[in-house]
Amino acid sequence: MTTDSVKRAESTPDEPMPFAELGMKQDEYDRVKEILGRRPTGSELAIYSVMWSEHCSYKSSKVHLKQFATKAPKSDALLVGMGENAGVVDIGDGWAATFKIESHNHPSYVEPHQGAATGVGGIVRDIMSMGARPIAVMDALRFGGAHQDDTRRVLPGVVEGISHYGNCLGLPNIGGEVAFDPCYIGNPLVNALCVGLLRKDQIKLATAPGPGNKVVLFGASTGPDGIGGASVLASATFEDESQAKRPAVQVGDPFMEKLLIECCLELYAADVVVGIQDLGAAGVSCATTELAAKGTGGMHVDLNQVPLRDPSLRPEEILMSESQERMMAVVRPSDIPAFMAICAKWDVPATVIGEVTDTGRLVMTWHGETIVDIPPGTAADDGPVYERPFHEPAGQAALNADTPDALERPADLRATLLQLLGSPNLASKAWVTDQYDRYVRSNTVLAQPADAGMLRISEAIAGAEPTTRGIALSTDGNGRYAKLDPYAGAQLALAEAYRNVAVTGAKPLAVTNCLNFGSPEDPEVMWQFAEAVRGLADACRTLGVPVTGGNVSFYNQTGSTAIHPTPVVGVLGVIDDVAKRVPTGFVAEGLRVALLGDTAAEFGGSEWAHVAHGHLGGLPPEADLEAERSLATVLVEAARRGLLEGSHDLSDGGLAIALAEACLARGIGATVALSGEPFTDLFSESAARALVAVRPEAFDEFAALCAEHEVPCYGLGVTGGESLVVQDVLEVPVSELRDTHTGALPAIFG
Amino acid sequence: MSAARVGVVTFPGTLDDQDAARAVRLVGAEAVPLWHADHDLKGVDAVFLPGGFSYGDYLRCGAISRFAPLMEELIPAARAGLPVLGTCNGFQILCEAHLLPGALTRNASLHYVCRDQRVRVESTDTAWTNAFEQGQEITLPVKHGEGRYVASAETLAEIEANGQVVFRYVGGNPNGAMNDIAGIRNEAGNIVGLMPHPEHAVEELVGAPSTDGLGFFTSILKKLVNA
Repeated sequence: MTTDSVKRAESTPDEPMPFAELGMKQDEYDRVKEILGRRPTGSELAIYSVMWSEHCSYKSSKVHLKQFATKAPKSDALLVGMGENAGVVDIGDGWAATFKIESHNHPSYVEPHQGAATGVGGIVRDIMSMGARPIAVMDALRFGGAHQDDTRRVLPGVVEGISHYGNCLGLPNIGGEVAFDPCYIGNPLVNALCVGLLRKDQIKLATAPGPGNKVVLFGASTGPDGIGGASVLASATFEDESQAKRPAVQVGDPFMEKLLIECCLELYAADVVVGIQDLGAAGVSCATTELAAKGTGGMHVDLNQVPLRDPSLRPEEILMSESQERMMAVVRPSDIPAFMAICAKWDVPATVIGEVTDTGRLVMTWHGETIVDIPPGTAADDGPVYERPFHEPAGQAALNADTPDALERPADLRATLLQLLGSPNLASKAWVTDQYDRYVRSNTVLAQPADAGMLRISEAIAGAEPTTRGIALSTDGNGRYAKLDPYAGAQLALAEAYRNVAVTGAKPLAVTNCLNFGSPEDPEVMWQFAEAVRGLADACRTLGVPVTGGNVSFYNQTGSTAIHPTPVVGVLGVIDDVAKRVPTGFVAEGLRVALLGDTAAEFGGSEWAHVAHGHLGGLPPEADLEAERSLATVLVEAARRGLLEGSHDLSDGGLAIALAEACLARGIGATVALSGEPFTDLFSESAARALVAVRPEAFDEFAALCAEHEVPCYGLGVTGGESLVVQDVLEVPVSELRDTHTGALPAIFG
Repeated sequence: MSAARVGVVTFPGTLDDQDAARAVRLVGAEAVPLWHADHDLKGVDAVFLPGGFSYGDYLRCGAISRFAPLMEELIPAARAGLPVLGTCNGFQILCEAHLLPGALTRNASLHYVCRDQRVRVESTDTAWTNAFEQGQEITLPVKHGEGRYVASAETLAEIEANGQVVFRYVGGNPNGAMNDIAGIRNEAGNIVGLMPHPEHAVEELVGAPSTDGLGFFTSILKKLVNA
């Protein structure tokens, strides 16, 4: 078998290479030849093709994403911004948090269990590679219609994959979302978030400085998973039939990942790591080029040293393999024995595969022949950048003109409440979340169905300095709103996550996002993307919360039909004293219930229009960011002063659903009165609103605080009793609310 | 006297070891880390085998752990009377090691289940439950995929007759366990295994909405002080 070495490439300049099969355009291939001054070898082509793919290079999104930096609000909290494995924020008392959300959409459609499981694994390694201990995960999921056949294939598999991998890793799953819409039937969204903690002075970066330092590959061995296109290369060059069939979805081993976590933390504590990078998409190609590009600039790797699960793998396949549970570290030669001893303690295989050089070249050898010789920055940083054309979709004006104004209003609001409460998007998600461990590590202060997940910090890392602080996290997104107006839809997603964090008493601090869209080659999709990014960047500036990182997922479409544009936004907040957290819902009888914020008749994209009429048209609710900021200020201050006994964000389904969920939290009813038109008051989805429960003797102080910040505060009634009573409108026993709410998903999924 | 020393075992893939150690410290005892690969019990007064997925639960839950070097020390010590508590994966390991009768199999629902579960204390005559009242109902979280207790008809009759059932699920059986069994003990009462997690129900602020798990830790202290 011939190896396609650099020498061979030089002597066979005209040999046709399968760049098109690897998804590379002619002009991109021409640029590779220009950079190298010759045709690439098969291995080099493997590296460039994956590093310049949309997934790794962000070539279609880059020109838009830079707004997250140029429009970023001033923030003292940001320690590491976009471009690293994950952003890091200062949360006080010497502590830092790192968090990121990432998509694993396409694999989860092909093989739901493994696709979703490895999505969790990948984001956890991103967090580990910042030097942090991962402390929790959450997942934002979107499926096709709950009653569609394929949803019954995809959803149980995805939930089982997340459950098995996350539970086995020992990370609590503290929140997230599950939503259904037929637009996701061929393109489910599986967005996984992980958060980690570290001391501020212990941040690790993906860099390979110091010539002579060793490059160590550790964790699982490399197999033929997730290779996809590489087999094209191998078979095209070597005509070896046995290489052709490869599983395209990676297979996860959470046990190995758990060992890797503990092993990495011990390596960090022993200070034997100079730079570190996880192996995710594009495997060894990505890790070596990125580490080298950010370090001294050169690296020599002997690919024969890579431990293989399948000894027949060719170098091109080793470079592209996406085998899970692998990390790459740069280690001083004198620290190698200590490094290896810690890996041995945790039964983690580790192998020196190369060293850092000052040549400015990434050189790889295979059986003594040079098969890669490239400037690493050209693969890692200098990928193509596209200014893709975009324009407003042809039907957008008509969609916005088709308002819900003409839809028939319900005569029986009690029936409407129960209809919505039992609809798949609003029903209890316990069928899903009861499959996730929310308690492991004993730091979970709040978990689903609370508005945000919350964790105490003090006990998260053994032996660390005590603090009263905690962190809160929420992810939100509404594809229907974004379809009607992607600019406003992205802002509403941020506003909801921001509000969800604030209602628990935590001050929102930073943002991560996962932008799920159709094909960037469709100018109408590209318009949705451009508008969403512009909206999100503007809103982040107004709310004073910087974007720290995230992920773009394009090509979520079947044929020419794209999903609703779905920006999912995660917000991280900090609470100074975690004991002052505000639980979700009504926790005691005899509390005053108040609605904060104003309600207008806003039904475009609403859950009511969707469930009662199957209607999507008009415009989404107004995103009033100044009102959101004032509301959050009041909620955080009120929590600090201990004025709130309970709270709940208003969002999908409006006040009616918020009241029902608040009653369901502890099985405590409430009696409230409305002041306006009942249907609008109960089901409008106006943003910047929240429900609070206040002790009667604290109410005046609370009302004064609202007045001070010009947040409208309307007393609605009191908690207590066994029913939710909306005077002169409806009355439903809490037990009936519970049966409706909890029965829906088990009736569909068993 | 010096603080009671409770060993907390870590196998590769153990997850609740930090939680167990924290619970031990909360009642004023010393938590002593024990490592699976050591032939050393470090002279502890009692041992806590925490939950998790030791060795990835590969082959069968607990089937590999029972052969760990530490277990070679622990098994004879437990037979000789050392108090041992196994929760979740720890319970599975105790059954695999034949320190407790029966076995734990896949939940009847075939799903992992995490929820706050009521259980009734059926036996207070053990090293780990003497602080509870007979018949007391407590709330502890369960979180497992393989917690369905099964045993042969003879074994089941025997442990029921001997009063070896320590906990029974009430208000719903989360996994299909025979006779609603949540936890059992050996005849001597020094070894207890259960699927629920006392270590996640010891603080108001975090974990399950109950502090009923503290009773396990006050029980063992009482036992050791009186010993």
